[in-house]
Amino acid sequence: MKARASRTVSRWVLIAALGCGPMIVGAAPVSAAAGPVQFNRDIRPILSEHCFSCHGPDVQKMKGGLRLDRREEALKPAKSGKKAIVPGDAGGSELVLRLLSTDAEELMPPPEAHKPLKPEQKAMLQRWIAEGAAYQGHWAYQPIVRPVLPPGGEGEGGIDRWVGARLETAGLKAATEADRRTLARRLSLDLTGLPATPEMVATFEADTAPGAYERMVDRLMATPQYGERMAIAWLDVVRFADTIGYHSDTPRNIWPYRDYVIRSFNNNKPFDQFTREQLAGDLFPNPTMEERVASGFNRLLLTTEEGGAQEKDYESRYLTDRVRAVGTVWMGQTIGCAQCHDHKFDPISARDFYAMGAFFADVKEAIIGRREDGMLVPTEPQARELTRLTHEAERLKGQFEGPHPKLESAFGRWRQERLEALHSDSLWTATAPTSADSTGGATLTVRDDRSVLVGGQKPDTDSTVVRFAALPERVVGVRVEVLPDKSLPSQGPGRAGNGNFVLTEVVARVVRDGAPARDVAFESAWASHEQTVSADKNPYGKWSAASVIDHDARGTFAGWAILPEAGKPSQLRLRLKEPLTLASGERLEIELQQKHGHGHHTLGCFRLGVATDPAAVVPPTVPLPNADLADRLKVDPSARTPEQSAKLWSEFKAVAPELADLRAQRTAADKARADFEGTIPRTLVTERSEKPRTVRVLPRGNWLIETGEIMEPAIPAQFRPASRAVSDRRLNRLDLADWLVSPENPLTARVVVNRFWRQFFGTGLSKVLDDFGAQGEPPRHPELLDWLAVEFRESGWDVKHLVRLMVTSRTYRQSSNASRELLARDPENRELARQGRWRIEAEMVRDSALQVSGLLVPRIGGPSVRPYQPDGYWENLNFPQRGYDASSGGDQYRRGLYTWWQRSYVHPSMLAFDAATREECAAERNRSNIPQQALVLLNDPSFVEAARSFAARILRESAGDDTARLTWAWRQALSRTPLDSELSALRRLLETQRSAFAKDLDAASQFTRTGKAPTPAGLDPVQWAAWTDVARALLNLHETITRS
Amino acid sequence: MSPSTEIRQFLRQQQTRRVFLGRASQGLGALALGSILQPRLLQAAATRAVQGAVNPLHFPAKARRVIWLSMAGGPSHLETFDPKPKLVEMHGKPMPESFTQGKQIAQLQGQKLVCYGPQLPFKRFGKAGVELCELFTQLGSVSDDICWVRSMTSEAINHDPAHMFMNTGSQIAGRPSMGSWVTYGLGSEAENLPGFVVLTSLGRGGQNQPIAARQWAPGMLPSRFQGVHLRGKGDPVMYLTTPPGVTREGQHEVVRTINDLNRQHDAVVDDPEIATRIAQYEMAFQMQASVPELMDTASEPASIQSLYGCKPGDGSFASNCLLARRLAERGVRFIQLYHKDWDHHGEVKQGVEFKAAEIDRACMALITDLKQRDMLKDTLIVWAGEFGRTPMSQGGSGRDHHNAGFTIWMCGGGIRPGMIYGATDELGYSAVDSPVDVHDIHATLLRQLGIDHTRLSVKFQGLDVRLTGIAGRVIQDII
Repeated sequence: MKARASRTVSRWVLIAALGCGPMIVGAAPVSAAAGPVQFNRDIRPILSEHCFSCHGPDVQKMKGGLRLDRREEALKPAKSGKKAIVPGDAGGSELVLRLLSTDAEELMPPPEAHKPLKPEQKAMLQRWIAEGAAYQGHWAYQPIVRPVLPPGGEGEGGIDRWVGARLETAGLKAATEADRRTLARRLSLDLTGLPATPEMVATFEADTAPGAYERMVDRLMATPQYGERMAIAWLDVVRFADTIGYHSDTPRNIWPYRDYVIRSFNNNKPFDQFTREQLAGDLFPNPTMEERVASGFNRLLLTTEEGGAQEKDYESRYLTDRVRAVGTVWMGQTIGCAQCHDHKFDPISARDFYAMGAFFADVKEAIIGRREDGMLVPTEPQARELTRLTHEAERLKGQFEGPHPKLESAFGRWRQERLEALHSDSLWTATAPTSADSTGGATLTVRDDRSVLVGGQKPDTDSTVVRFAALPERVVGVRVEVLPDKSLPSQGPGRAGNGNFVLTEVVARVVRDGAPARDVAFESAWASHEQTVSADKNPYGKWSAASVIDHDARGTFAGWAILPEAGKPSQLRLRLKEPLTLASGERLEIELQQKHGHGHHTLGCFRLGVATDPAAVVPPTVPLPNADLADRLKVDPSARTPEQSAKLWSEFKAVAPELADLRAQRTAADKARADFEGTIPRTLVTERSEKPRTVRVLPRGNWLIETGEIMEPAIPAQFRPASRAVSDRRLNRLDLADWLVSPENPLTARVVVNRFWRQFFGTGLSKVLDDFGAQGEPPRHPELLDWLAVEFRESGWDVKHLVRLMVTSRTYRQSSNASRELLARDPENRELARQGRWRIEAEMVRDSALQVSGLLVPRIGGPSVRPYQPDGYWENLNFPQRGYDASSGGDQYRRGLYTWWQRSYVHPSMLAFDAATREECAAERNRSNIPQQALVLLNDPSFVEAARSFAARILRESAGDDTARLTWAWRQALSRTPLDSELSALRRLLETQRSAFAKDLDAASQFTRTGKAPTPAGLDPVQWAAWTDVARALLNLHETITRS
Repeated sequence: MSPSTEIRQFLRQQQTRRVFLGRASQGLGALALGSILQPRLLQAAATRAVQGAVNPLHFPAKARRVIWLSMAGGPSHLETFDPKPKLVEMHGKPMPESFTQGKQIAQLQGQKLVCYGPQLPFKRFGKAGVELCELFTQLGSVSDDICWVRSMTSEAINHDPAHMFMNTGSQIAGRPSMGSWVTYGLGSEAENLPGFVVLTSLGRGGQNQPIAARQWAPGMLPSRFQGVHLRGKGDPVMYLTTPPGVTREGQHEVVRTINDLNRQHDAVVDDPEIATRIAQYEMAFQMQASVPELMDTASEPASIQSLYGCKPGDGSFASNCLLARRLAERGVRFIQLYHKDWDHHGEVKQGVEFKAAEIDRACMALITDLKQRDMLKDTLIVWAGEFGRTPMSQGGSGRDHHNAGFTIWMCGGGIRPGMIYGATDELGYSAVDSPVDVHDIHATLLRQLGIDHTRLSVKFQGLDVRLTGIAGRVIQDII
C-alpha cells in the first residue's frame, strides 16, 4: 500500500543495459552484531520494509522481474539479465551496487519511496550476501517443535531458563523477587482484575510454608472473577459489542455470548474446543445450547440498517470483516490486505482472501436491516416453564382445530348469511359515467371496467364531479367502490402516501339544461369498512360512512376513510330517500367531495354503480365476504374439496360465537406463552444456510465488478496441509476451525500464547500481536515462544496450565523497579530483567474504585448495564433518537466489562482509559495518559459516589484518630502501609477540607449525596464530606490505577 | 532540589504537557544541554510553539489551522452551488442512461430515473460572477474569497461509510480522522485546550442523520490526538464540572494532594509515567476554567454577535462558527463543525431554504471575522458534505444520495480565491472536468499545512498507514 513512481519499473533494466553501476570500494563495513548473519533476525525485516513492496509476493506489482522474498527467485537474473544476488560475492551483486549508488536514478530503494536504508542496514545486507545469502523460512510459518531446554537452576522452568540465558548473554541480571504485598496486588489484578484486599495480603504474608505463592495463584484462578478478567481481552479481539455499529448503531441481542466467554475461561475449556465452538458450534452434530451460543462469534461484526445501503456492497464488507477477524484472532496475519491485491509482504493472495471469505458464505443473515432476535437462551427453570406453557397452548389449539360436529347447523347458518350478503352485492350495476371532472385539476380516466383512475396533478383537496345521462328506472341507491391500483401510492385506493383518502361529502343532483338543478336526498349510508384508527380528533369517533351525507354539519374534516384496508377494495352504499327515474334530457350529477387535505387525501381509483332492487340497500348483517371466500361459499356443500371444506370451517371458527370462550382461552394461553418467552434472553447465533452466497474474487475489492472467479472455501495456499487430500465435498467452518487448531498450523498456538504473554508481562514476546507476517517483529525469545506454544498445545490447549506457567515463573515474580542503568539499556523491558509496570485497563479502573468503596456487586453475567453517563452523550445517535437511563439498584455497581457497549459512542469514562470501540478486532489497547482520565476520576459521578461510599466505610469501619483512619484507608486502596510523608499530605487535605465544609453545610451534604447509592444514617456531613475528598485523592492516585 | 534535577523535572513537565496538546518533544534533548548553561533558553522553550511529528515541515506552511465545515446528510449541489440550466430543460424527462450506466445508486436502485430540475433560482455574485443559488446572498457577498470545487467525488454513497471516507480516507472503521492526523503531524499551539475540537449542531428540518464518535477518533494514533467533542449542552467536555458541593478551591486542594502524593511515589519508584500523570492533572484542572471561558460567547461585542446572527448558548451552527473563530485564536489546530439535516430525500426545496437560513450568514461571518483579524490567510476553511444529491427526482420532491459529482468550497489558507475549479456534466451527474476525490482534498489540505501527504504515515499491522492511502494528488491549480 505504498506509493511508487511508475518509472522505477524499468530502472533495473536501464542501468543494467548501460552496464555502469557504481564501483564498490573496499570491503563491507563489519557489523556490530556478533555471529553469523541470520536471515530472519537480521535481513528479512530490512527486505520487507524496504524492498518487498515492489519485489515481494505481490506478483502483479513486481518491478523489473525481481522477487526477493524467495531465494531461488532472488538468485535468478532479473529482466535486465543482471543478478541481484550472487551468493558470496557482494561486489558482484547488482542489489549491492544499487544500494550504494549515488545516482538518484539508480539508487534503491528509490528516493521517492521515502524508505532510505541506514548505512548499517546496507552493511548488513552486504555481509549477508558475502556470507552466502542464506535464507530462512519465515519464523512464524515454521512447524512448532519443542525446543531443547537450556540448562538452568533448580525450580527454573522453561520461561526462566530462556530468559536467563538471554540475560546472561546481554550481561544483565534478573531483578529480585518483588515483596509479598506487590506480588499479591499484581497477581490479583492480573488474574481477577480486582485489587488485592488487605485480608488477602495478610493471608499471603502469614503463609510462610513452602508453596504459599502457588496456593495464592490457585485460589485466584478458582474465583469466578478469573473468567471475567480473562474475558476482557478476548472480547476486544473478537469485537464483542451490544450494538450493530454502522449508522443507526441500534442494539442487538448478544450478551449471552459474553457470558459464554466468561464461563469458558472459568471452566478452563480447552482452547481448541473454544475455537471450534465459536467458528462452527452450529455445525456440530446436535449442537447444545452452549455450542450454539458460542457460534454467535460469527455474528459479532458490524452491520447496517441504513436505507439505501446496497446488498452487494455490504455483503462484501461482511465477508472482509470476518476474514480480518480470523486473521487477527487466530492467525496473526493481516489477511485483510489481500482484499484488493495479493499481499505485499506475506504469501497470501487475493484468491486466498476470498477463499477464506467463502467459509462464511453459509452464515444466514439479512445483509441490510434489523438483526433477528436470535435464539432463546433459557435457564433450566425457564425452559421447564416454557415447555409447560407451550403444551397448554398446543392442547387448546388441538381442541380448537379438531372436529366440531355439534356446530354443523351453526356452520350452515353462517354460510347462508354470507350468501345473502353476496346476493345483495350482486344487485348493483357498475355504471360508466358520461363525463367526469376534477375541480382540483387531476386527470380522470374512465376504463373498460367502468372504474375511474385519477392521475396527473395532485391537489391537496379535490372535488370529483361525475355525470350520468342514462340510468335504469327507479334507482334506489348509489354505490361508490374504491379500488386498489398499482399506479397509486401504497397501491391506493387513495392518493395519500399511505394509500388512504377521505371522502368528506357526496352530493347528488339532477340537472337539465336551462332548468334549476334539483337535489337528490340520501336516506342512509353504509360502508364495508370504516376506519377507526387515528380517529381521536374525528367528531364521529371514526371515519364513518354517515359523515358523507351530513351536509358537512360537523365540518369538512370528517369523512369516510379506510385504513388499514389500503391496497384492497372497499365500498360505500348510499340509499336514496325516493326512488329516482331520470326524465328525458335530465342527467344525474354526483359530486364526490374530498376536502380533508393534510397530504393529498383524495380518491385514486373508484367506480360508481346504482341499484333498483330495494334489497340492495338493506345494510348487510354480516361483513361482505372477499372474492376468495365468496368463491368457496358458493360451492355446493356436496361438491366441496376437503381443502375448501377445511378452509371454510376455519373461517367459520374464527368468528363463530359458539367458540368465543375457546378462542379466548387460546388467546390467553398463547399470550401467556409469548409473554413468558419475551422474558427469556435471546442471542444471535449462526444458522447455516443450505444455499451459501456465491463468493467471487472482487478485482481491487470493487463489489460492482461481478465477473471475478468464483471461490470455494479453502485454507490459504501457503498453509494448506499437504497431508490432506483435496476434499470432494465443500469445506465448511468446522474444517477451518479444525485446521486452525491442528498441529499443521504453525500460527494459532504462537499467536495466542503471545497475547497471553502480554497480559502478564506487558509486551508480547513478539511485540506486534496482530501481525506475525514479514512486517511484524520476530520474537525476542523465539525458543521460549515455541516452547510455550508446544506446552499449550500438548497440554490439550489448557489455558489455566499456560497461565500458571507464566505467573509462577521467577521472571513473573521479579520486582518491577528498575535502576537508571537498566532503564537506559532496556527501556521497553524486552529483556525481562524486571517485571513490567502499566496503568490498568478501563474496566479495572472502575472495578477497583467499586471494590474499595464497597459498592461492587459481584454478580456474574446477564444483560449489559448502564453506569451513569453525561446527559446528551448520545444526542448524535438517530433512527431512533435515544435516551439513556442509568441502571438502578445493584446493576449500577457491576464490573466494567458488563457496561453497555455502544460502538459509535462507547461509555466516555471507558473510552478515556482506552477501552476499544470494538468496531474492528483489537489485539491490544493503547495505554495512554491523558487529562480526560483525570477528569473522569475527579468528576465522574461513578467515582465521586465511590469516594463518598469509601469515606462512609472509613468512618464506620475504621477506628481511632485521623492518622489511624488514614492508615486504614490507605491500606484498603493500595494494600500497603503509607509513609509518614504520605500520611501528612493526606492529613493536611483532611483538615483543610474539614474546615472548608464546616463553613458550608449545604455543600457538604450535596457532595455526599452524589449517586443513587443509599446514604447511611448517622454520619456527620462535614466529616463525611472531608473524608470523601480524602477518598477521592486515594482513588485518583497513579499507584491506585497502576499494576506494578 | 539540585539544579540538574530541577531541569530534568522541568523538561519532563514540558514533555508531558505536550502529551495532551499533541506536541512532540522534538529538539528537547539538544535544548536541555544548552539550557544548563543558559537558563533563559528554558524560558523561551516554555512559550515557543512546539512542532509535531513532522519537523521540520516538508514545505513552508501556507495554513496553520483548519476549520472544516461538515454538512452532514449530503447537500444538493443542484440547489446550492452548481447551476444546471440543461437540467431545468430536462425536468420530468427520463434520465439518459448514458449518464448513469455503471454508477452506484442508493435508494433509487431499480426505479425509473427521471430528471428533476433545480428547485431554486441562481444568480451571479461578486467580481468573478460566480453563479450561486440566490438564497446564499451573504456567502455570495464574499464569493470572491472562495474557491468553488464543482467536481468533487466520493467512493461511498451511504452516510456512515461516506463520513468515514471523508474523514479518514478509508471506509473501514478504525483509521485516524484527518483532524487527528493533522494534530499528530503539526502538534498544537493551544495552551489549555485540545488540538482537535469537534462541534455539532442540528437543523430544523428533522433529517438529522446520526454521526458516530469514530468520525473524530484517532484510530491507531495515540489517544491524545482524538478529537474532543465540545458540546453545546451540559458539560462542554465530558466530566469537566467539579462535583456538586465542591468549590474550585476545594478541587484545587484535592488535585494538589494527588500530585503531591504522586510526586512522593515517583521518588520511590522513579516511573516517568508519573510525571506525565502529574502534568495531566494540572492540565485537567486548568481546562476546568479555560473551556467554560472559551464557550462563553456572551463576552463577544454586540457587533460580532450580530455579524454571526447568533445568541450566546443557542447551540446553532452560527454559534459554533463563532466558537470556531475563538478556538482558532487560541491555537487549536483542527476545528470541525458538523451541521446536520442535509439529507433531502424529499422536499429538497424547502430543505435547502431551511439550511440556507441556518448557514449563509454564519459562513460569511466566519470568513469576514477571520479576515478582519488577519487570520484568513493562514486558516483553511473547507465546506463539504459527505456526498451530493442526484439530478434525478426521488419521490417527486427530493433527491437521493449521489457520489459521482458534487460541490465543495475552500477558502483561506493559501487557496486561490474567487475561482471555480472543475465541473460536472450538463445534468450535474458526473464530475467530468478535473474530477477531485477525497484523497486529493486531503493531499491538498496537508500540502497547505506544509506536509507532504506521502510522508505522513504511521506503522500499523505492518503497513505505513496514510491519510491518503495509496492515492491522493495535490490540486496544484487551486493553491
